[in-house]
Amino acid sequence: MSTTMNKSTVIGRRQVLKGAGLGALAVVGTGLTTSEAAATPEKAAKAISKFTGGKKATAGKVTVKLPEIAENGRTVPVTVSVDSPMTDADHVKSVILVAEGNPSPEVVSFTMAPGLGKAEVSTRMRLGKTQNVVAAAVMSDGSVYSGTKQVKVTIGGCGG
Amino acid sequence: MAKKPRVKVPKSAKKGEQIQIKTLISHKMETGTRKNKKTGKLIPRMIINTFSCSFNGKELLKATLHPSVAANPYFAFYAKATESGTFDFVWTDDAGKTVSASSKMTVA
Repeated sequence: MSTTMNKSTVIGRRQVLKGAGLGALAVVGTGLTTSEAAATPEKAAKAISKFTGGKKATAGKVTVKLPEIAENGRTVPVTVSVDSPMTDADHVKSVILVAEGNPSPEVVSFTMAPGLGKAEVSTRMRLGKTQNVVAAAVMSDGSVYSGTKQVKVTIGGCGG
Repeated sequence: MAKKPRVKVPKSAKKGEQIQIKTLISHKMETGTRKNKKTGKLIPRMIINTFSCSFNGKELLKATLHPSVAANPYFAFYAKATESGTFDFVWTDDAGKTVSASSKMTVA
């Protein structure tokens, strides 16, 4: 028993380093599998295109307001506003908010009427990790606009 | 879903004024991804999936919620005051339970 122990300690440093390297690889591996289960920017884009009926979004008109750093991902205030006069002829029909790094990309979607007068909604969302939050708006003439905001998250709020 | 939701609407407004509406309801918004620490089983999803606000029977805003909305869903939005009337708010959860609230506003 004691001899084998000695032997392994003699093999020592290099072996240990190798082992550590393998360990690091394993960690990277598990990292990949968890991110596979979560939403990715591609999945988020898919959710948006499903919402807009396949129409591509033009960047602009949509603003996502989020804190630069969210210390607690369990509840993060978020405001989506769309630059629109909100008249019967020209208004925002619907808005979707998507998180690229949460377990599922969709956060909330809104159907809006011109009676709102202003296309701005605030709510509170969960954020699993540091990520981009994207909002897309479908206007009454069928055009689609989007806006993005990156948010750093200290403690994730999606459980697991 | 038993607790009363909180709704903040101005009692009176001038015609054409942009008013702000705030709503808050208590709900744990269980995501369906959390595990019970003792049994290791997933806790089933239980969230409020729809919220709607209408004025004099006409829908102003409808929200479809997903598990990424934080617990105790809060919404703040705007409406244009055109006439006196009632705002109706309805929340529906995964079990099909609904909670509603209404608030009157006079437009001078």
